[in-house]
Amino acid sequence: MKEQTSITDIEKKDKMTKITGSEALMLSLLQEGVEVIFGYPGGAIMPVYDALMNHEDKIRHILTRHEQGAIHAAQGYARVTGKVGVCMTTSGPGATNLITGVADAMVDSTPIVCLTGQVTSPLLGSDAFQETDVIGITMPVTKWNYLVTQADEIPEVIAQAFYIARTGRPGPVVIDLAKNAQFGELNFKYKKCTSIRSYVARPEIEADKIKEAAKLINKAKKPYVLFGQGVILGRAEKEFRAFIEKSGIPAAWTILGKSALPTDHPLNVGMLGMHGNYGTNIKSNECDVMIAIGMRFDDRVTGDLSKYAKQAKVIHLELDPAEINKIVKADVAVLGDVKESLPMLTEKIERKTHESWIKEFKDCDKIEYEKVINKALYPDKPGLTMGEVVRIITEKTNGEAIVVTDVGQQQMFASRYVKLNHTRSFVTSGGLGTMGFGLPAAHGAKIGAPDKVVIGIIGDGGFQMTIQELATINQTQAAVKLVLLNNTYLGMVRQWQQLFFNKRYSATKLKNPDFIKVAEGFGIKGRKITERSTLENGIEEMLNYDGPFLLEVEIEKEANVFPMVPAGASVSDVMFSSD
Amino acid sequence: MKKSYTITAFSENHVGLLNRITIIFTRRHVNIETLTVSASAIKGIHKFTIVINDTKEKVEKVVSQIEKLVEVLKAYYHTDDEIVHQEIALYKVPTRALLESNTLEKTIRNHNARILEVTPEFTVIEKTGHKEETQELFEILNKYGVKQFTRSGRVAITRSKKELLTSYLKEVDKAQSIHITNNN
Repeated sequence: MKEQTSITDIEKKDKMTKITGSEALMLSLLQEGVEVIFGYPGGAIMPVYDALMNHEDKIRHILTRHEQGAIHAAQGYARVTGKVGVCMTTSGPGATNLITGVADAMVDSTPIVCLTGQVTSPLLGSDAFQETDVIGITMPVTKWNYLVTQADEIPEVIAQAFYIARTGRPGPVVIDLAKNAQFGELNFKYKKCTSIRSYVARPEIEADKIKEAAKLINKAKKPYVLFGQGVILGRAEKEFRAFIEKSGIPAAWTILGKSALPTDHPLNVGMLGMHGNYGTNIKSNECDVMIAIGMRFDDRVTGDLSKYAKQAKVIHLELDPAEINKIVKADVAVLGDVKESLPMLTEKIERKTHESWIKEFKDCDKIEYEKVINKALYPDKPGLTMGEVVRIITEKTNGEAIVVTDVGQQQMFASRYVKLNHTRSFVTSGGLGTMGFGLPAAHGAKIGAPDKVVIGIIGDGGFQMTIQELATINQTQAAVKLVLLNNTYLGMVRQWQQLFFNKRYSATKLKNPDFIKVAEGFGIKGRKITERSTLENGIEEMLNYDGPFLLEVEIEKEANVFPMVPAGASVSDVMFSSD
Repeated sequence: MKKSYTITAFSENHVGLLNRITIIFTRRHVNIETLTVSASAIKGIHKFTIVINDTKEKVEKVVSQIEKLVEVLKAYYHTDDEIVHQEIALYKVPTRALLESNTLEKTIRNHNARILEVTPEFTVIEKTGHKEETQELFEILNKYGVKQFTRSGRVAITRSKKELLTSYLKEVDKAQSIHITNNN
């Protein structure tokens, strides 16, 4: 008798402690420290949205106006906070609308967890309403994905999703949740994931490689550091600074690495790549030892590979083994987390300065200043330039702002001319070049960094790709500052047409709406600047305004970004103008 | 220079991994010559054996991309002389044609083939060997009119003295113990 009673007791207790998969999902997200979800509800995710209401005090949901807006916002949030960005959508179109952002996060190594609803498991593969093979579709563009078909899988899968998204080389993870798993019940127990046997988050550093690298660096006459986002993702900004300061080596950045080192740092020699600085590009083909740190030799950085850094011994510090020798063969590959490998290397190198070598960069800067920069920042012609807008923004914010860009000419002007003091203060779509990224990403960045001034610099083309997110901004009232640089063209494509397609402007002219009226309709205050005389005042008004603000600036229509290493050319062949 | 490489990948036994692995080839426009998937000697671990014809550089990159997959434990590549490999072929031939031949016994014997089934209508012959060998037998048997022919993907065992995966797993086991979600 006694035994029977106790079994019933256990059963009773079990029933009492059982919760739904949706509730378990919420508790799991709380365990992972999730504070914000960017999302959009729909049929197949409704149980989760219902559970979300029980936790509104701890998890803030931001209702975007399109799922693409949700994921770009999550990306902006993740990039400025260093946390995992979370977005949530329904099945079918809700999930497919995320794809561009997932692909963007994959190529730019952004930690994102996407939770997508899915039809109930018995209907999988039956062409049910709003059913899409989300696992299949996202496979090539995710670090990991998983279809949950039972409620009791949820805690472990969510723990793994966050672990995989944020460790190693970060990336997007998609968790597809069948509706029956959301409804189903389980006994909730959460255990954080700390390792997965088939996955190496941090490869061990080989001491021999550090020695070899140090030897090359100590012998080098013209050593040159190229750094990328790996420094930021590895939270190794301090270690990186210690390394370059002891070695005295000039350092140039990829677009995603920009804010890893303050722009004004004496060893910061500027930007690499197609629209990078003159010196940084040509010196790639003059240095004797190239030290690549947390970067992946994108083709926009290397130009023609057969003419890239052939003279240099290459040291590659990299976390992802698949990046070693992928593009540029490394003479010494230091596999591992730069947070660990850099201090080991710093210890082994001699304290040096490379004054005459750094002067070579400065001499190039003088040439570039005269040929390009001066005209871009202090134009003497009537048309407003993107360069001067960016210059004034920098002056007014003293390098303290977070700058988010869209893709195209404004992105290049912002990358080239914005000065920044802090890490994680530059957010841009690098690898994928996603137009429409800027507006939602700026919003997400402001949500992640509410105490910072967040400025989105966006062109008129990209602005219209995700313009509906103005409504989201109006709903959150996040005080994001949007600077719309309007030249009535798809400027970068038009520039290429001018330079390489005999000025045949195919499909690049835009007939634009009245953006200020549009903003007004969305409830966002705006102002349009058409004259140089009011530009500074306009920027001040935007910065001083308490709330979101759209500043539209009418830019000279057919201006170009220079210098330029044309696609497929050597980094030594830098163009300064269209002549 | 392009030549034949055998890639072996060891993975967790999870839904969708085959797809994850093959899209790495598809994306790089690399054709898969043969592919075999089966349980390995280690419980819960699956083995993929993939043969491609490409340059060393390409195969190295493909292998590092395979190994990058979260659920793949290890991936290796070998040239043909570093492995012992076999394929199996089955031939369905009209029995009457075979009976009329006076060299059949010699052919079967010389090729180390064997007969699996004989019916009044057809005979099924099996041969294991390298592709060239199973192909050679096909050419001979086809004189009698092969009605069906099928060849498996390659299976392979390395010649190396060290058992790569076993030692890797020992290292991993030492370091940690948690498994990824088990689908079994």
